[in-house]
Amino acid sequence: MNIIVCIKQVPETTEVRINPETNTLIREGVKSIINPFDLYALEEGVRLKEKFGGKVTVVTMGPPQAESSLREAVSLGADEGVLVSDRAFAGSDTWATSYTLSCAIRKIGQESGGFDVILCGKQASDGDTAQVGPGISTFLKIPQVTYVKKIEEIKEKSARVERMTEEGYDIIQVPLPVLFTVVKEINEPRLPSLKGMMRAKSAKLITWSGKDIQADPNGIGLNGSPTKVVKIFTPPPRTGGQMLRGETPDIVGKLVSELRSEVH
Amino acid sequence: MDYLLTDEQKMIQELARKIADDKIRPVAAKYDATEEYPWEVVKVMAESDLFAIFVPEQYGGTGGGILDLCIATEELSRACGGIAVCYAASALGTFPIILFGSDEQKKKYLPDLAKGKKIAAFAVTEPEAGSDASAIKTTAVKKGDHYVLNGTKHFITNGGEAQTYTVVAMTNKTKGARGASAFIIEKGTPGFTFGKKEEKLGIRTAVTRELVFNDCKIPKENLIAKEGMGFIVTMRTFDMSRPGVAAQALGIAQGAFEAALKYSRERVQFGKPISSFQGIQWMLADMATSIEAARALIYAAARATDAGAKDIAKASAMAKLYASDVAMKVTVDAVQIFGGYGYMKDYPVEKYMRDAKITQIYEGTNQIQRNIIALQLIKELAK
Repeated sequence: MNIIVCIKQVPETTEVRINPETNTLIREGVKSIINPFDLYALEEGVRLKEKFGGKVTVVTMGPPQAESSLREAVSLGADEGVLVSDRAFAGSDTWATSYTLSCAIRKIGQESGGFDVILCGKQASDGDTAQVGPGISTFLKIPQVTYVKKIEEIKEKSARVERMTEEGYDIIQVPLPVLFTVVKEINEPRLPSLKGMMRAKSAKLITWSGKDIQADPNGIGLNGSPTKVVKIFTPPPRTGGQMLRGETPDIVGKLVSELRSEVH
Repeated sequence: MDYLLTDEQKMIQELARKIADDKIRPVAAKYDATEEYPWEVVKVMAESDLFAIFVPEQYGGTGGGILDLCIATEELSRACGGIAVCYAASALGTFPIILFGSDEQKKKYLPDLAKGKKIAAFAVTEPEAGSDASAIKTTAVKKGDHYVLNGTKHFITNGGEAQTYTVVAMTNKTKGARGASAFIIEKGTPGFTFGKKEEKLGIRTAVTRELVFNDCKIPKENLIAKEGMGFIVTMRTFDMSRPGVAAQALGIAQGAFEAALKYSRERVQFGKPISSFQGIQWMLADMATSIEAARALIYAAARATDAGAKDIAKASAMAKLYASDVAMKVTVDAVQIFGGYGYMKDYPVEKYMRDAKITQIYEGTNQIQRNIIALQLIKELAK
C-alpha cells in the first residue's frame, strides 16, 4: 500500500504573534514543530503500513528548514520524505498550497506506481483553515473524507471509515485512492524510537522545486493565490451583557427597544 | 556543563527525557501507591529501543556502552526512580549474557531482550547472602545433561515480571566463592516459582520478589561460562552495572533539585519568594554543585569502562558511592526546602527521598563500595 502523509511545520506556541504592519506571522525565536494534528495522520499512515505493508512517504511544502520536520517524521516511522520548496511558492494561500502539494503528490505517484491513501491532519494549528487537505483531493480529482476518527477497513479498491460529526459519526464507504483528514480521536501517536532517530539522521530526503513538480507558474505563490488578506486582528474580548430584570410582560418591550437601538 | 556527548548519546538523552516527561511523570505517583509493575511504560521504553542501547549490534542492539545506559537511566530517574530501576534491572540481568555468554546463548536470548519483548533479572542475593555472596546456599547439581537447582533467592528486582533470569548457584559448596556458577533460567521452567513480594519504602513500582527453585531442571547449555565462574560473572556484572545505579541516584537527585528550585521561586514567605533568602540559596547552590560533581564522576567512570580500561572497579565504586550519598543528601534537602508541604504526598519530593535511600544499599552497600575502593588503593601502592 502506498501511503502519502502531508505534514506542515508550524511554530510551537498556541499564542502566535502577528506583525500588525505586514499581517504575517512573527516566526523569529519560536521553535518549529510538526503540526500536532499531522502527527495523528502520520501515526495512522505508519499503522496502515505495519498492517498492509508498503511504504509511507511524507511530503511537506515549506522553506529549507522544514527538512527537520521530515526527519522527525522518519524517526516516527515514515520511509521517505519529500520537501517541496521554491522561492516562487512564497505567499501561497490554501488554494495555491493545495495545488502545489497536489502536483508533488502526482509526481510521487508517478514514481512509485500510484498511491492508495493520502492522510492529512484535520487542520494546521497556525492557520486553522482545514482547507488544504480537501483542496488537494479536489485538484487530484479523488474522493475525500474529512474528520476521520477510525479507518474500519481497507480493501483493494475501497475503504470504510468513520467520520466524526457533532452528534456522533457517519460510516462512509469510499473508493481508493482517497484522501482522509483525521481527528485526534483516531489514535495515540507513538514516541520516536532510537533506531528511527538514527535512520532519520542519515535519511536521504528529496527536495523538489516548482519546475520539478511541473507546477503551472501562474498557479503557485502569490500569483496563484486568490485570497487577499485585508487585515488580521485579535477580536476584542466580549464585554459583559446587560441584564434586564422584572416581570416578563414589563421587560419584553424594553428588550425590543434596546435591541432596536443597538441595531441603529 | 557540556559533557561532549556523541550525537547518538544526545538522541538517547532526548528520547529518554521525552519518555520521562510524557509517559512516566504523569503515572509515577499512581505506581508508587499501587506497587504495580509499570508495564505500560516498559512497553513504551521497549518500542523506543531503550532496551537495545546496551546490547551489541549483531544481536539486535544499537551497540551503545555504559555511558549510553547511564544517560538513559539518569533521565528516566528524574521522573521516577522506581520505573527507572525496572529498566536498569533488565540491563543488569542481561549483562552476564553479554559479558560471558556463548555465541549460542547470545543469539538465543539477546535479540528478544534488546527489543524489550522480554525483560531480564539478575539473582544473587539470598536471605543469608547479601554483601557476602560466598554464603549462597542455592545449589545446582549436575546430573547427566542437565542441572538441578534447589534454593531460594530473595530481594530480586523484576522478580516474577521478568522472563529471563540469570541466577547464581553453588555447583561446588566446598570451594566457597569459587564454587559458584551462573545460569540462565526462563520463567515457566518447571520447579521455578515465585515467593513473597516485598513491600518497600521506595522504588515501590519496581517489584522485588523471592525466586524459589524446587528440583528445577535446566539443560546444561544454560550454564554461563564455566562452572566456578559465578562469582567472577557477578563481580564483572556489578562493575558494569554500578555506574547505572549511580546514574539512577543522579537522576533522582536532579529531579528533586529541579522541583525544589522551582518551588523556591513560587513559595512566598515574609512577602518574598523563599529563593531570595540566602539560607535557601546556599542550599540550592550546594545541591547543584554536588549533583554536577556526581555527574562528572559517573560519566568519567562510564567512559573509562566503555574505553576498555582495566581496573574499573574502583572508578565505578566511587561513582556509585558518591552519587548515592549525594542523592540522599539532596533529596532530604529538597524536602526541607518544601517545608511542611514536602512531607506530604501531594508534592513529589517525599517520594524522591524514599526512592533515593535504596541507591546507598543495593548492588553493594556503600560500605562494600568503600571496601572495593580501599582494596584497590592498597593494591596500587603495593605494586
